[in-house]
Amino acid sequence: MPEVVTATLIDLAIIITKIVAFTFMVVLPLVPLSVYFERRFSAIIQDRVGPNRVGIPLTLFGAKKDFHLFGLVQPIADGLKLFLKEDFTPDHVRKAFYWLAPVLTVVPALITVCVVPFGPDVTLFGRTEKLVIADLDVGPLFIFAISSLTVYGITLAGWSSNSKFPFIGGVRSTAQMISYEICLGLSVIPVLLYFGDLNLNNIVQEQADNGWLLLPFWTDGKLSLPSLQTTLFMIPAFIAFIIFTVSIFAETNRMPFDLPECETELVGGYHTEYSSMKFAMFFMGEYAAMVIGSALIITLFLGGWSAGFGFDEAIANFSIGDFRIGGFIHVGIFLTKLLVFILFFILVRWTVPRFRYDQLMKLGWVIFFEAALINVFLAALIIAAPGMASTITVIGLILLAVVTAAIIWVAKVSEPPAKVLRA
Amino acid sequence: MPTIKLTRPKLNVGEKIYFGALIKGFFLTMMHAVKSLRGKSYGAEGLASSGLGVTMQFPEQRWDDHMPEYYRGAPTLVTDEQGRERCVSCQLCEFICPPKAIKIIPSEIPSDDKWAKVEKRPFEFDIDMTRCIYCGMCEEVCPEQAIYLRKDYLITGTSRAEMVHDKKKLYEIGGVRVGLVNKWNELK
Ligand code: SF4
Ligand code: SF4
Repeated sequence: MPEVVTATLIDLAIIITKIVAFTFMVVLPLVPLSVYFERRFSAIIQDRVGPNRVGIPLTLFGAKKDFHLFGLVQPIADGLKLFLKEDFTPDHVRKAFYWLAPVLTVVPALITVCVVPFGPDVTLFGRTEKLVIADLDVGPLFIFAISSLTVYGITLAGWSSNSKFPFIGGVRSTAQMISYEICLGLSVIPVLLYFGDLNLNNIVQEQADNGWLLLPFWTDGKLSLPSLQTTLFMIPAFIAFIIFTVSIFAETNRMPFDLPECETELVGGYHTEYSSMKFAMFFMGEYAAMVIGSALIITLFLGGWSAGFGFDEAIANFSIGDFRIGGFIHVGIFLTKLLVFILFFILVRWTVPRFRYDQLMKLGWVIFFEAALINVFLAALIIAAPGMASTITVIGLILLAVVTAAIIWVAKVSEPPAKVLRA
Repeated sequence: MPTIKLTRPKLNVGEKIYFGALIKGFFLTMMHAVKSLRGKSYGAEGLASSGLGVTMQFPEQRWDDHMPEYYRGAPTLVTDEQGRERCVSCQLCEFICPPKAIKIIPSEIPSDDKWAKVEKRPFEFDIDMTRCIYCGMCEEVCPEQAIYLRKDYLITGTSRAEMVHDKKKLYEIGGVRVGLVNKWNELK
């Protein structure tokens, strides 16, 4: 075999291994795991027990006791149940789209996995490989572009189900996702300005060296206080973090923004007419989106796979013989952070009550949209300040203050007056 | 009637920003989580919790000791202290039973029997436990105080046939009930 063909084959094998490892062995198992955490954590919050029985049924094989594993096997049992249930397609649906919709919600979420950096590079058998499936130079943009395709799945599900509840759910979801996409895109601009890079792996590497965006307490791998500019930049970074996180909540249809499927009003929202595995696909898509969303937040704001505090260099270079495998430890760190963030998602769900639809729209368009815009301005000013004459900086600051005041004033004036209620 | 005009209460800036309330909420739920993990949830003691939340975990923990006196479990037939079956198959319970769970085939007591004076007893007495709603009407209507709702609540079966309690089973669960009616007692 000629040299080139062998090299191509090896490359292909590596890509496939990465896809299988990261998508199907890391992200997909995280879905049932987060379902399990969702159920257990919510139960504990509500003074209940939650699923704690399903484990390895040793008694089936003649052993004395079952091995209950704290119920960790529950999601598998649930999945099996969904798989074996009758897959009912109502008569009144538009079949082709009805079948297509669940797929369209899962696939985009899984595609976005490919730009998430799980760790730095590792060296195995003399080859250095990055622990990311596709090392794209437009990481965040790719994620936004692909993940907004999810809305097609939900809209199609709502429309093709051809009944009122799914339809309302689908329409709500469309409006909600489009509105929050804007906040999502605008809120990361300061972050991208700061790093001057769109490659997620480089962004994380930068954070590993010079401090996480929200915790910049080391430079060049040594603990130190941040410079004045970095300190000032924490303000826009924090605003961006809040807007981005809330928008991710809205994008993934999680509480408190789960209006497309709120059970109290819309039965099940866009998946009312779905059953069995098709329903499970929606479920999976939603949780996969949540996993990816958390991964993105961690990558952009909380240092991705880096352990922080100047340990990263040492961990990344940890090697056994010729194999530099410290990267895998970083994968572990990344997954730990991811789990913590997923737990945060769950805590929010069981704490914050659902927003009303007009409140949701107002939050998106009137508050976050403007706040994100001003935030971009502020971040640009802080980044550009050292290179500009101080008069220009001052003028910029004054302009910023005026614009902010004007926006707040407009928002105040346009607010409808308090209604008089009659007793 | 005088009209009272109400306005929505004015929120101050802190309340409008909403994040304070969110953080308060997180504290509240986390407090619940911590308390529930330590088995110190509100009401855990009174509900005999398993140490996780307020829940009693069933097969290991039973609520038998916590059952109230008036608990209505499975309906059963009882015999009196002399071993006589109290039921005289008057079929009142069969007629009152709202979901028609009871089926009785009456029979005569032969004249050479010890209890010939009673005249009737059930030949067959079936209660379909898939139908019974544990209302206790049968117990209330029975003139002989022969049918009682006992505290058995674990009525399970793997087939419909298994869920039908026949006469033997009913007496087995019901057991002996002393006191109360004595009108068939020979000594009187
Ligand atoms: S159980 Fe009571 S009510 Fe029912 S047939 Fe027997 S005596 Fe009559
Ligand atoms: S408890 Fe009620 S439902 Fe059950 S057998 Fe008696 S009368 Fe019928």
